[in-house]
Amino acid sequence: MAIFVNKDTRVVVQGITGKEGQFHTRQCVAYGTQVVAGVTPGKAGQDMDGIPVFNTVLDAVQKTGADCSLIFVPPAFAADAIMESADAGIRLIVAITEGIPVLDMMKVKNTIEGRPVRLIGPNCPGIITPGEAKIGIMPAPIHKPGGPIGVVSRSGTLTYEVVHQLTNQGIGQTTCIGIGGDPVNGTNFVDCLAAFEKDPATRGVVMVGEIGGSAEETAAEFIKTQMTKPVIGFIAGLTAPPGRRMGHAGAIISGGSGTAQAKIAVMKAAGIHVCENLGTFGELCKKVFS
Amino acid sequence: MKIHEYQAKELFKKYRIPVPRGGVAFSVDEAQKAAAGLDGWPVVVKAQIHAGGRGKGGGVKLARSAEEVKQTAGQILGMTLVTHQTGPDGRLVRKLLVEQGLDIAKELYLSIIPDRSTAKIVIMASEAGGMDIEEVAAKTPEKIIKVFVNPLLGLQGYHCRQLAFGLNLPPAAIKGFTPMIQNLYRLFVEYDCSLVEINPLVITAEEAVIALDAKVNFDDNALFRHKDILEFRDLDEEDPLEVEASKFNLNYINLDGNVGNMVNGAGLAMATMDIIKLAGAEPANFLDVGGGASAEMVENGFRIILSDPNVKGILINIFGGILRCDTLAKGVVEAATKTGIQVPVVVRMEGTNVEEGRRILAESGLNLITAADLKDAAKKVAEIVK
Repeated sequence: MAIFVNKDTRVVVQGITGKEGQFHTRQCVAYGTQVVAGVTPGKAGQDMDGIPVFNTVLDAVQKTGADCSLIFVPPAFAADAIMESADAGIRLIVAITEGIPVLDMMKVKNTIEGRPVRLIGPNCPGIITPGEAKIGIMPAPIHKPGGPIGVVSRSGTLTYEVVHQLTNQGIGQTTCIGIGGDPVNGTNFVDCLAAFEKDPATRGVVMVGEIGGSAEETAAEFIKTQMTKPVIGFIAGLTAPPGRRMGHAGAIISGGSGTAQAKIAVMKAAGIHVCENLGTFGELCKKVFS
Repeated sequence: MKIHEYQAKELFKKYRIPVPRGGVAFSVDEAQKAAAGLDGWPVVVKAQIHAGGRGKGGGVKLARSAEEVKQTAGQILGMTLVTHQTGPDGRLVRKLLVEQGLDIAKELYLSIIPDRSTAKIVIMASEAGGMDIEEVAAKTPEKIIKVFVNPLLGLQGYHCRQLAFGLNLPPAAIKGFTPMIQNLYRLFVEYDCSLVEINPLVITAEEAVIALDAKVNFDDNALFRHKDILEFRDLDEEDPLEVEASKFNLNYINLDGNVGNMVNGAGLAMATMDIIKLAGAEPANFLDVGGGASAEMVENGFRIILSDPNVKGILINIFGGILRCDTLAKGVVEAATKTGIQVPVVVRMEGTNVEEGRRILAESGLNLITAADLKDAAKKVAEIVK
């Protein structure tokens, strides 16, 4: 078991003929992901390594039965690509693109709200169910199939670090999700935590947050009141100066709110095992999860 | 991206949002000319820097005559203005805004920001104008009115009424307030702002609504569709090393410590800064070379870190994903060979092509300290700078 994606997930890649789209599609296919279609407007009839390319997502869905889209479209056109997927009946949209304007994402979010579609990202590494499907840009070899730990994170490479340490301790993962570093994103911590709580194969969760916003505080409240499985948390940005955008558009301490210190305090109060030294993350997981 | 008050007011004028009459001045002479053009006293002389709290820091002064303008402009121009937002080093004042003084009946607060958790545009207003709004929010949150606007639907009439009546505006002022807020919302959306703030928004003795101050920030992600705004960028207001880094698409922020660090990915970069601190040292910077960094970007990042004279040691922490370890290694070797390493460098690499990366570093003949893992890396670099 896992959450959101598995070996049966049928993927259409939007922007499949671009440099990044090609490179990562090949990596996903090599991992065993079912990539059934690609979309690049104007290139219908062509193929990428035998994967048929279509002009529109709707064509791809109708011809191949794709139910998940992976987006590598440049930021100026990415909001359009997400909404195209949502309207074509895709149930899971994974948007890798970094740099989408906030206003575009606000419009996307208000458009897809209440519809039977899940958006992961944008500005994220994607989602992987180790041993079954990799729908994203994460390096595959660091993952260990079979669970029992679920991982959810706002970051990319920081997630790789955490997963690597888990694997080094012999702890496998059920599903790892990067929800993205943008201020307005699709799936949030609580969505993932709720799904991990329900997933029988997941016995504990790792949650990686960072400064800015209040997603971790909301997640802490959920964990306190509705979760039975243990959660280990980490927050990046204890040393980040206020008012500065720390790489991720969403990683900014504004008006004294969104600090790492405040998040850590709330998480501890909610019973989350907070790791304060990233260098010892794997060891803490070994202790808590065994 | 931030702009100056006088630039924000140019945008306000474009959107027919009332502002006091005034002009920008780069010298005392120009300040006097600008004041003379306002035909009336007093005038207000305002320092133009990218930071708030200018009044308290002595950067905003009233002048009642040409002589006083000369005096105050002379004082403020060239001063190092320290406010709660500039940090202890302050900012050098290079330009002034000279404006007509107004007969103020009431000061209000007004701002528009994107609300990340609801994905709505939120308009905040308060009768407690002219004060630090964060303090108002903390102590008397009931004094702040919040209106949430769905960006798909836009600003509605009832939003404006909620604000106007919530602010207890006199009927005559509502007439000016409503079109002003509609235009301000339009400006916010059309220019992809991340903040529009007027503090204070004043009601004059004649019940006119005028933006006495103007602060506008833009969403960096949307600047590609607002080329005209890029002309407002003032490099004097930015850290020279950060300006240099931005030329190479590097996310660099200069900090006070002495351990330089180069990391791929923003989250890992922050976590690396944190672990440097935990090991007993202080980070000199934040530097995210990004997922798709080339050898050239790594080289430029290295050069920028080295040009900070405070740096006594460097930690390179790369988790290879899209950025492969061999690419990174080539960039480091290239940069080190060209610039010559003056300080010890600790390298911690993991992930894609790590063996090839380690081989390149080992065979380079450079004096690099390799670390087994993150904890080891932080410990080694902290010992070096002790």
